Amino acid sequence: MFYVSMFFQYLSQYIKTRLQYRTDLFVEFFSDLLSQAINLIFILVVFGHTDLLSGWSRDEIIFIYGFFLVPFAVFSAFFNIWDFNERYIVKGELDRILTRPIHSLFQIILERLELESLLGGITGIAVMLYAGSRLGLTIEWYEPILFIVFVIGGALVYGGIFIMLACISFWADARTSLMPMMYNISNYGRYPVNIYNKLIRFVLTWILPFAFAGVYPAAFFLEKKEWYWYSFLTPLIGIIFFVLSVMLWNQGVKKYRGAGN
Amino acid sequence: MDKYLEMIRIRFLMMLAYRTNYYTGILIYSINIGAYYFLWKAIYGAKTDIQGLSIAQMTTYVAISWMARAFYFNNLDREMAMEIKEGKVAVELIRPYNYLGMKTMQAFGEGIFRLFFFSLPGLIIVYFVFPIQFTWDLGVWGLFAISILLSFFINTELNLLTGITTFFLYNNTGLIRAKRVVIDLFSGLILPMSFFPGWAQEIMKFLPFQGISYIPSMIYTEGFTHQQAIAALGQQFLWVVILYLPILWLWSIAKKQLVIQGG
Repeated sequence: MFYVSMFFQYLSQYIKTRLQYRTDLFVEFFSDLLSQAINLIFILVVFGHTDLLSGWSRDEIIFIYGFFLVPFAVFSAFFNIWDFNERYIVKGELDRILTRPIHSLFQIILERLELESLLGGITGIAVMLYAGSRLGLTIEWYEPILFIVFVIGGALVYGGIFIMLACISFWADARTSLMPMMYNISNYGRYPVNIYNKLIRFVLTWILPFAFAGVYPAAFFLEKKEWYWYSFLTPLIGIIFFVLSVMLWNQGVKKYRGAGN
Repeated sequence: MDKYLEMIRIRFLMMLAYRTNYYTGILIYSINIGAYYFLWKAIYGAKTDIQGLSIAQMTTYVAISWMARAFYFNNLDREMAMEIKEGKVAVELIRPYNYLGMKTMQAFGEGIFRLFFFSLPGLIIVYFVFPIQFTWDLGVWGLFAISILLSFFINTELNLLTGITTFFLYNNTGLIRAKRVVIDLFSGLILPMSFFPGWAQEIMKFLPFQGISYIPSMIYTEGFTHQQAIAALGQQFLWVVILYLPILWLWSIAKKQLVIQGG
């Protein structure tokens, strides 16, 4: 209960600070929309030259991209920890976090909320509705529920992987550029995995399971029966990766000695 | 002139000191090239060529354009925005050199560093992993070298222009981000221009972006004939000149109405 009230306290503070700089907020919305539009343009232009991408049609690929935007938006809104090393370890800010009465990871998530990213989710849903209507998909009563479950699963996959990466900073002091690299790898998950070779497919499914935030759950709504098994694994993989990352985090915090000041 | 050369040298040495960061960078670029390689392979499917480019040329195009990006890419806009916001630019302005010229030279030092310690080893790795066609025609290499030099100037000029807007907008993080995505798409980095529908190509002919990535990569993959290549170089050069004018103009206004925010 305490955690919930803390969350809303931080939320209201967050909204206040954000509304202070309205033009900034607007420009950020705009540049997010622009980068989403550019990914869509890429898909459209490519399908000007081919009808099928390893058996997937243009609208199906667009649908997958739309789906991917939703868990990714949830992830970016709550797990904004890509600069954890510089911000908390190098500057010694983690010392302050550890004196707080709530779990350190939760505290950091609260401090680094970026709720405007959720707008990307709305774009994603719009894209899905557009592509879905062109594909003649109908919405069954259970699909919105599964959609929410899959989105949470996908966001937890992302969250888990990036928390684990942040944990590296507990053991190694060196600044690494692993985080941007991971963003690049995560882009692979947006496209159907069967276009890749076996090795990449294996990595995207079991080691860095980004495909569970894109093509696998989206395949369920596209009624691709051969992928159903993977679709239903989404929440499970999400929970497993997230729990593992929190366990790793707890170990890391025990190990943390402070950067000195 | 000496001091500018010295700046190139110092930036080069500075980059050398932090070179470990670049090993992960090579990996990032290789991964990007890999992602696009598989994507293009799926796009080509059974087709042997699209818009006059074979799959082998396309793979080479992707690899070359990412490696060339390492040379022309720089964060001048972000650096300038930072210096202006922190007020450091005041000190820079009283130093006995041209601020913009100095920035360009620093970026050039960085570019040369990345060319030798990043693009070259990266290309060798990529060469062994993906089916890339290297050309041994020295003429092509020569034209390519001139072309990436010109793309460095076009890209740097665009960065300087974006950087200068900080003087007027105070906070332009969004603009910087937007500029970056626009350049990635319209420069031909992720898609050759010839893949766009005709009307879009017509519009893009009148924009400087294709001089950044499309022209050098097409020259290298020999997607251009010799004549086309020469004409394209001329076009790049023209843009270098044209883009210089608004920089001069905005810079002279900016200096007059400079507001130091803190510092």
